[in-house]
Amino acid sequence: MATSDPSSLQSRPAGGTLRYRPLRNLRERAIELILLLAALSSVFTTAGIVAVLLFESFQFFSQVPLGQFLTDTQWTPLFANPRYGILPLVAGTLVTTVVALVVAIPLGTIAAIYLSEYAPAQLREVAKPILELLSAVPTVVYGYFALLFVTPLLQKIYPDLPGFNMLSAGLVIGVMIIPYVSSLSEDAMRSVPMAIREGSYAMGATRMQTALRVVVPSAFSGIASAYVLGFSRAIGETMIVAIAAGTQPNLTLNPTEPAATITAYIVQVSLGDLPHGTLAYQTIFAAGLMLLAMTLTFNIAGHLLRKRFREVY
Amino acid sequence: MDAVQLREAIKSRKRADLIFAAAGFLALLVGLVTLLALLVDLAVDGTARLRPEFFTSFPSRFAEQAGILSAWVGSCLVMLVTATAAVPLGVSAGIYLEEYAPKNWFTEIIEVNITNLAGVPSIIFGLMALGLFVYGLGLGESILTAGLTLALLILPIVIVATRESLRAVPDSIREAAYALGATRWQMVSDHILPYSTGGILTGIIIGLSRAIGETAPLITIGALTFIAFLPDLPLRAEFPFFSFQWLSSGFTVLPIQMFNWVSRPQAAFQLNAAAAGLVLIAMTLGMNALAIYLRYSFRKRIKW
Repeated sequence: MATSDPSSLQSRPAGGTLRYRPLRNLRERAIELILLLAALSSVFTTAGIVAVLLFESFQFFSQVPLGQFLTDTQWTPLFANPRYGILPLVAGTLVTTVVALVVAIPLGTIAAIYLSEYAPAQLREVAKPILELLSAVPTVVYGYFALLFVTPLLQKIYPDLPGFNMLSAGLVIGVMIIPYVSSLSEDAMRSVPMAIREGSYAMGATRMQTALRVVVPSAFSGIASAYVLGFSRAIGETMIVAIAAGTQPNLTLNPTEPAATITAYIVQVSLGDLPHGTLAYQTIFAAGLMLLAMTLTFNIAGHLLRKRFREVY
Repeated sequence: MDAVQLREAIKSRKRADLIFAAAGFLALLVGLVTLLALLVDLAVDGTARLRPEFFTSFPSRFAEQAGILSAWVGSCLVMLVTATAAVPLGVSAGIYLEEYAPKNWFTEIIEVNITNLAGVPSIIFGLMALGLFVYGLGLGESILTAGLTLALLILPIVIVATRESLRAVPDSIREAAYALGATRWQMVSDHILPYSTGGILTGIIIGLSRAIGETAPLITIGALTFIAFLPDLPLRAEFPFFSFQWLSSGFTVLPIQMFNWVSRPQAAFQLNAAAAGLVLIAMTLGMNALAIYLRYSFRKRIKW
């Protein structure tokens, strides 16, 4: 009674309950297909993002030359005499990001070293989740905090500081991204094998020497990806800068001045009701494309950096 | 180097070690103290406004009479859409990648793509939704658009959480199911999924708490900042008892209401902003606390 098809259980002599069920296979294939489609939704999202940004930007650049966009020093697309130079927005974005990283990288790294190498286990169990709550606070609340708490505080030290400034926005973004830096760095440091530390201690090194010269270099690729993630968050942060840094495009590298970032500009324009299809409407997509290009560049750079410094234990 | 010098050198190194430990503790404190300062600052400014009328009034030109009724109703409805879209999509994608996907360049692309998507600024999602959902598909500046946008935004969080909790289930369970003749889907749905529900739930709550505080992508798709009406109720007294009118309604949400009040120069409105901030922060921190508790309790209970 043997047939050539091994999946055909029908012919098995095992008894009446075992039978070939074509529907069962069909159902399995259908489920797999549905799950695959769900997994592809993330690819569709990326495709959607790229397509929309490129399509609208293409229409923008057919009217404004790319050279002017990249080199003009003024960004006044909504004025009677429009100028389309992205540089002031890029400058604002980079200044707030740099201020944020100056806060988050040292604090986050040192906190991570402390949690991983010094802190008792109980303190780490409690402190790490609480620190992570910093990244859970809605950014609009941070904006309120920057504008109405941090700026007045800074004005007591430096009375000339204007009400809107990139300094307090950057400082608050920095605090917000501390957990991105510290949590990932701590995970990376904790995955460094104990034997490496023990080797270092056996040579007579102190805890600090072990941490800084052995553990940190070994975990560097993980720490670098934490920095890249922190950078991505800082560069794309919107509400804190829109509330506390102002919305006036300003080509300056001085953090105590008010300025607009790329994200703040997009928010400002979206609040007004711009007619679909106009050149002014297309500017937010061109600005968004610039933002995406900046984050992508740094993500790729981070990826290469990580590959270069990856340690294999 | 004689013994005295050596002792000195050891002493100075130990001192440096101690100073470094203190610096580490201080760095940790900076974050925690800032969080505390933020909470105290909001509470000092906003607590007085947190009366029952604040939750049952529409926004108003007069700061004292203004409330967050339309905002919290809007937030709830948008979250409903977000969860309805993100949970099945994210969990299915996670199951596919962890349990079904062959190891080849194609799945590699999907995985790299999800990692990259997690790093894309949220406002970019807003621009995509504006071009695609609002104008491309004609969904308008509606609750549906807002919910879908936030769902795509938190998709990577849900997928990664699902994969991690599926991965934590040991292979012996899978092998046991197969040994009894289960198909792949029976194995996943009857055995693997129930064991990983805790971890998946944690990821969903974290994702939703992120979505509820998001402001920027909703501003770009045209959320209104002043809204004095409620969308159609989803439930009706007469047949067929539910309606989907509300999906195409204009909306505002809590963070946008707060942003609107913060940007006004009058101090009275900023007190309203503080009160709205307190409500918002209570929701997000509460959800995060729940997620942390869930993670902790599931980790304790399951011992393979």
